[in-house]
Amino acid sequence: MSVSAPDIPAKPKRGFRLDLKTVGPLLALALLVLLGISLNENFLSYNNLTNVLARSSFIGIIAIGATFVITAGGLDLSVGSMAAVIAGVMIMVMNWLIPTMGIGWGVVIAGMATGILLGGVAGVFNGTMITRGRIEAFIVTLGTMGIFRSLVTFLADGGTLSLNFQVADVYRPVYYAGLLGVPWPIIVFALVAIGGEVVMRYTAFGRYCAAIGSNEQVARYSSINVDNVRLMTYILQGVLVGVAVLLYVPRLGSASSTTGVLWELEAIAGVIIGGTTLKGGYGRIWGTVVGVVILGLIGNILNLQSLISPYLNGAFQGVIIILAVLLQRGRKNA
Amino acid sequence: MKLAKTLLASAVIAGGLMGSVFAQDKVTIGVSVPAADHGWTGGVNYFAQQAITRLSTTYPNVEFVFASAPDAPKQIADIEDMVSTRGIDALVILPGDPDAMTSAIKQVKDGGKFVTVVDRQLSIDGVEDLYVAGDNPGLGANAAAYIKEQLPEGGNIVILRGLPIPIDQQRFDGFMSGIEGSNIKVLDDEFANWNRDDGFKVMQDFLTRFPDIKAVWTQDDDISLGAIEAIKQAGREGEMFIVGGAGMQQILQAVADGSALTPVDVSYSPAMIATAIELTTSHLVGGIHVDGRYILDSTLITKDNAAEFLDPASPF
Repeated sequence: MSVSAPDIPAKPKRGFRLDLKTVGPLLALALLVLLGISLNENFLSYNNLTNVLARSSFIGIIAIGATFVITAGGLDLSVGSMAAVIAGVMIMVMNWLIPTMGIGWGVVIAGMATGILLGGVAGVFNGTMITRGRIEAFIVTLGTMGIFRSLVTFLADGGTLSLNFQVADVYRPVYYAGLLGVPWPIIVFALVAIGGEVVMRYTAFGRYCAAIGSNEQVARYSSINVDNVRLMTYILQGVLVGVAVLLYVPRLGSASSTTGVLWELEAIAGVIIGGTTLKGGYGRIWGTVVGVVILGLIGNILNLQSLISPYLNGAFQGVIIILAVLLQRGRKNA
Repeated sequence: MKLAKTLLASAVIAGGLMGSVFAQDKVTIGVSVPAADHGWTGGVNYFAQQAITRLSTTYPNVEFVFASAPDAPKQIADIEDMVSTRGIDALVILPGDPDAMTSAIKQVKDGGKFVTVVDRQLSIDGVEDLYVAGDNPGLGANAAAYIKEQLPEGGNIVILRGLPIPIDQQRFDGFMSGIEGSNIKVLDDEFANWNRDDGFKVMQDFLTRFPDIKAVWTQDDDISLGAIEAIKQAGREGEMFIVGGAGMQQILQAVADGSALTPVDVSYSPAMIATAIELTTSHLVGGIHVDGRYILDSTLITKDNAAEFLDPASPF
């Protein structure tokens, strides 16, 4: 994509000076946590923390996929609409299977498989159009964003698709229950994050992504199959959107045209706050996790106080996002 | 390729001309609504299309042009196209953002068309011939009256609001003046954007923050559905009740079944668009004189009268 000089992460400075690029996101997170504690004594309660993390897990899992796409110099704007259409089709498939399969885990597992499969197919479509069709990622995914959004509106007939109540009861624990008191969404988010970190750092695929994002020509001359690696990042993104939806559907048991609105921007914001560069070449999975948690905490803190007028919620959010990135970039040229 | 494009262009132009030729003998009514971006507007789209199908069969000489737009600029473009290419005689419009659209709608009116505005008031008075809407201050006042009656000693409540637009303000003001003088204390109010996911999040955080909540006013059933899940998750469904609004089937069913968590609802039906289309059609075709303001009551729906509002065919 870009042929400009690769953006190599600054080498850590010797001595006691903190490397802001690494510590930046953590510092922003710590400041937010302090703000939260000072505003409300329930902020650090176990329930509040699990609420926020479970709520952030959808965006988080999607953002981990987005980290790979962005690192390889791509972009996927369709993830929010994709999530909505996957949720809609999953609900329809599960409702449709009830007469043949009865109420039970069988239906739910079939629904989950549908979700993952659909995500993969959507990823193949985005990736193929970008790599084989030679269309800019921005345009392809802007197009599919509109297509997926209209599809879910059409499938829901402008209204809301609701999962059969009995199946919803079977499925419900996937969001609300957990292991040793940790809700499933948080566990899945953690596993996906650890897996992502390993793939990004210790596998050839992860290094290929960074190489392509930093200089596509050089990557090509180094006999990296650029198109295939790119395609893989979009498929991975699609599958992870599917995984996120598996956890989202049991929460409210419904999908409508408002499902997943602006998730793509939240995911991209999480990735960038975490230190991945938007033009590609350098990606950091743990940073993305921190970035997404920061975004989740902003919403939580706004609801836990009444000092800031609700009309200004967006402004507060904007200030924190800019500050979080400023913390890691500010001194770079000083 | 180029040939195909030229052919396509000519077909479009020919189509446009034919359309206006046919329109000569007919009465054409344009219907413009916002896109189905939440449950209520989904209902608006459904009831508008249903009314159009029904009226097209009843009056074969009436043609309807229907458009649904995601934002104000697109909706303005829609009505401009309706006037210039489809030759509409009347416009029924539910403006997504009434302030942004007032001057565009005034132009249609100045062009001599009959204009019906639905649900949302324009920023200048006297533009529309007919105004059909629900009672927003009434929606707030009825909810307030019920909560006051249920909590005679007073108590703590929270409010989940919609989007920061005039409708929401009217509802909020109606509610606040309704509870004035009572011992009911509003702990906080936050916007939940008429959306289930936001209803869930805001309610979760209110539950974290306030150990004592007696009632929740969400003024919208989509928000209620999210809030219900959050309350169930916290296991506090025995402590409080929710008053929503709009009359969504799922909530109405719960009201009819005597739910303790959602004992009542306040109507604000998206079917008002159908009323508006019917009134406009009878004015143009039947020569029945209609103008002024038609305000549909925001009735309190309880276990006793819920059956009247249930409609299994409605998607909302």
